[in-house]
Amino acid sequence: MVCDICKKNEATVHLTQIIDNKMLKIDLCEVCSKAKGLQETAGFSLADLQVGLGAGDEISAEVGAKCPVCGFTQADFKKTGRLGCSACWETFETGLATLLKAMHKSDRHAGKVPTKAAHTLVITEQIKELSDELEKAVREEKYEDAAHIRDQIRQLESKLKISAV
Amino acid sequence: MKIEELLSSPSEWVRTEGPNSKIVMSSRVRFARNLRNFPFPGWAKKPDRQKALELIQPAVELLPEMSTSFSESMDNVVAIDKQVLVERHLISREHAAKNVGSGVVINDKETISVMINEEDHLRMQAMKSGLQLKAVFKLIDKVDSELEEALDFAFSPKLGYLTACPTNVGTGMRASAMVHLPAMVLSDQINQVVQAVNKLGLAVRGLYGEGTEALGNVFQVSNQTTLGEKESDVIERLNKVILQVIEHEENARITLLEKKPRVVYDQVGRAYGILTNAHTVSSKEALNLLSLLRMGVDLELFSTGTRGVVDELFILSQPAHVQKAAERKLTAEERDSFRADLIRQRLKDVLKPKIVDEGLSPEGQERGG
Repeated sequence: MVCDICKKNEATVHLTQIIDNKMLKIDLCEVCSKAKGLQETAGFSLADLQVGLGAGDEISAEVGAKCPVCGFTQADFKKTGRLGCSACWETFETGLATLLKAMHKSDRHAGKVPTKAAHTLVITEQIKELSDELEKAVREEKYEDAAHIRDQIRQLESKLKISAV
Repeated sequence: MKIEELLSSPSEWVRTEGPNSKIVMSSRVRFARNLRNFPFPGWAKKPDRQKALELIQPAVELLPEMSTSFSESMDNVVAIDKQVLVERHLISREHAAKNVGSGVVINDKETISVMINEEDHLRMQAMKSGLQLKAVFKLIDKVDSELEEALDFAFSPKLGYLTACPTNVGTGMRASAMVHLPAMVLSDQINQVVQAVNKLGLAVRGLYGEGTEALGNVFQVSNQTTLGEKESDVIERLNKVILQVIEHEENARITLLEKKPRVVYDQVGRAYGILTNAHTVSSKEALNLLSLLRMGVDLELFSTGTRGVVDELFILSQPAHVQKAAERKLTAEERDSFRADLIRQRLKDVLKPKIVDEGLSPEGQERGG
């Protein structure tokens, strides 16, 4: 068995922790366990260690999911906590959405948008998405939400008109 | 320009005094950006990284802001110079470990720096003295908009700027202020402040960002999240919090001076005594003593011109700067001696603290021993 951190040395330190009926396991070599301060008997959190490795962050329900553009897989994300290319954001969209919700204020960008041309493109896209949401809200008879979404759409539409001038 | 030219004078943020520079040493904003059609640097193979670098570096060099700049591939920067750049906050520690396929472009004033192929294809930052978050934001925003015309950035209408790490997606922006809080540390209030700031969704870190300890009572306050909030709102929020931190630190100083003047004068006096007489001093000790000296300047115990000297020493006392100034490889011991000599030399015209003894109780009862 090789070490979970360096992936080189033989793992000689095997740790298990059970928190809330969830079992976390990690296997480390002598050097890495020392580096992580696990030689001391003081308390440590295996969860922290695993998150540090990028594990625990499931970005796809599908085991073999792979980015068609760069070949990046869920296992790679577990190793590094980083993605492979901009297309990975689409490939692992669903899993990442959960992660983003836990990490950020919302799962929707509210800041700067690149160029004017892209600006139009983005607004069109946003209107399209909001229209879908509007339809859904109406279907679910959430009229207050629907009214709010409709206002947002109108605002975006007026922005489009301004940039078209 | 050559690296020697760039490093020969201190960064603009050290030389000038921006608003609130008593407590806020500097303000910084960085954007993370990636090219649409290239794998992220950490996943890319060498040829892809090199291709991205060849595309990005000239585009950055052509910016009007970068007309006089240092631009180099990381494999052409020697280890000691990389470390000096880290100590000046111009590149990250991670970037200092990079070689072929990564690059850096820094303007002559050291107010703008662009790291190429760090964790993202581009990490661009602007930095100025004092509390000037809005101004540095404007500066880097302009650089970003100009670069956009030459480079195709990865952007999604829903998620914003796409980054290698999910913690940066959206605006890709990290805004931070470096604050000097000696009175909060002396009066044991620092943990409360750190907790309060954390609750507001902001991070507090040591002098060199993630996972570094707070040397010299210098802390970095920055935003944590990048998705779901406009850049200007984040800047506004951070600015408000920093203003409050300033107020707390000022109050802590007033209270300390009222209740424990002897402690304050003792600390500042000892710091002056050691720094002007020591013949060997570690960088950690130097930073902690310089911090007290800096507070002494704020409390008008030294002439106002002293702050510039102290702020420069904050940077010059750090290991790579000492090594660089010595122009040869030094052992740790030699470095400590060299550092002490440098500090004594720089402080030779600084007069001992002007302390008015009036009203100062003879005993240190307030301290309880």
